[in-house]
Amino acid sequence: MSFVKGLQCRECGQDYPKQPLHVCETCFGPLEIVYDYDAIGKAISREKIAARDKNLWRYRELLPIDGEPQVGMYSGFTPLVKAHRLAEALGVKELYIKDDSVNHPSFSYKDRVVSVAISKAIEFGFDTVSCASTGNLANSVAAHAAKAGLNCYVFIPDGLEQGKIIGSAIYGPKTVAIKGNYDDVNRLCSEIGDKYGWAFVNVNLRPYYSEGAKTHAYEIAEQLGWKLPKHIVVASAGGTILPKLGKAFKELARVGLVQDTGCKIYSAQAAGCAPIINAFHKGTHLISPVKPNTIASSIAIGNPADGYYVVHAVKESGGWGDSVSDDEIVEGIKLLARTEGIFTEPAGGTEVAVTKKLIQKGRIPRDESIVISITGNGYKTLEAVAPSIEQPYTIKATLENFDQLYQDLNPLVSQAAGS
Amino acid sequence: MPVRVRVPTPLRKFTQGVDEVNAQGNNIRSIVEDLEKNYPGIKERICDETGKVRRFVNVYVNGDDIRFLQNLETSLKEGDNISIVPAIAGGR
Repeated sequence: MSFVKGLQCRECGQDYPKQPLHVCETCFGPLEIVYDYDAIGKAISREKIAARDKNLWRYRELLPIDGEPQVGMYSGFTPLVKAHRLAEALGVKELYIKDDSVNHPSFSYKDRVVSVAISKAIEFGFDTVSCASTGNLANSVAAHAAKAGLNCYVFIPDGLEQGKIIGSAIYGPKTVAIKGNYDDVNRLCSEIGDKYGWAFVNVNLRPYYSEGAKTHAYEIAEQLGWKLPKHIVVASAGGTILPKLGKAFKELARVGLVQDTGCKIYSAQAAGCAPIINAFHKGTHLISPVKPNTIASSIAIGNPADGYYVVHAVKESGGWGDSVSDDEIVEGIKLLARTEGIFTEPAGGTEVAVTKKLIQKGRIPRDESIVISITGNGYKTLEAVAPSIEQPYTIKATLENFDQLYQDLNPLVSQAAGS
Repeated sequence: MPVRVRVPTPLRKFTQGVDEVNAQGNNIRSIVEDLEKNYPGIKERICDETGKVRRFVNVYVNGDDIRFLQNLETSLKEGDNISIVPAIAGGR
């Protein structure tokens, strides 16, 4: 049974029936799913959710599909890691990592939105799925399309990390690299989508796709024992996830699963591509596009269509936003790896570094619960950290050689351990 | 000055379903006026009540966003290709 009433323009309020349509025909505003929350409130309960499989579909009443889920049976329900050692390093009391770097099957938060989009594409009867992507989304669309047996085209900017290119191509889609940056890819895709009638998950299926991001927040609340965290930090690129986290927390309260204790949301961007933070710090909702220049390619979107809503959601929640340099991003990646044993991509490094900055500036208090949303995996972006990583020590295969190395590494130890 | 304008799906009801049309003008502002003359009603979909390009509409000249150029005052030369594209998001 579906709880979706239809689509509605966020700007002018015009209603539309359920269809693969993403912009309002009157004002070009983005379309949002309209749910029957009263009916959902009656149908959903903590017990019902607890009895279901540990994937994102356990919250299916709050997701925009009509029939049974078609893909993503193992996506979502990623770990919420209690981060004691990172908390100590940052000087805070209660810190968690929501770790979508281990999402199934393609190791990023995108497995959530794509599970919903492709299930919806199948419901609508599409046979070809596609996306504009800086990498993670393409990986996820290609993987889910393979599992569902759909045709797949992925469009990426040229010059991406090898891991992200191979990470799509292995699933057998047609991968098209566009000469230009993500914004160029985006523009072309919206024209291709129009012309070829494909399911572009982040274009004509965007109202459905973006709803999948809410499951990241539902899980955090459930994993905290059906409580909201006090603070959550997440990176912003196109601007999909952040407003959806705010929406998800409100929905949980509305359907009676949590108490609305308020959660402040913080946006993190790389200084080399910070159109949302720039607008926020200037006190405006108007986003001036920038030309991206950062190692954080997965969040290098200079013209974020949902940027306006990110600024709005951050302000409404009472949160804040900040940006950090590429050097700080690399330090953030290393800090998370060395304290929590989690290897994230530059987007995650951005989040860790911005969290550190906001704590130091007093924007985030030290004695309240904080969640950092880690959305991508560092094994895909080795290039970003390779130049600053210690090279291995190469020695001959003799014990003397190792004894010598050990003494060099530990000059205060007079004898090698065990000798 | 004649230029080509790519029309996105939501605006094709004004152009009788045609996805690319010719328009005349020296800058984007005059192109929008020319489109309005031939396809009445299209202007208010592209521009808001203050005359600025709507927040969710991107306009490109030969692939460059006019916000990096001179916005509505961006000057044009013969044969330029203009695209009107609704904003989309959610890449990464």
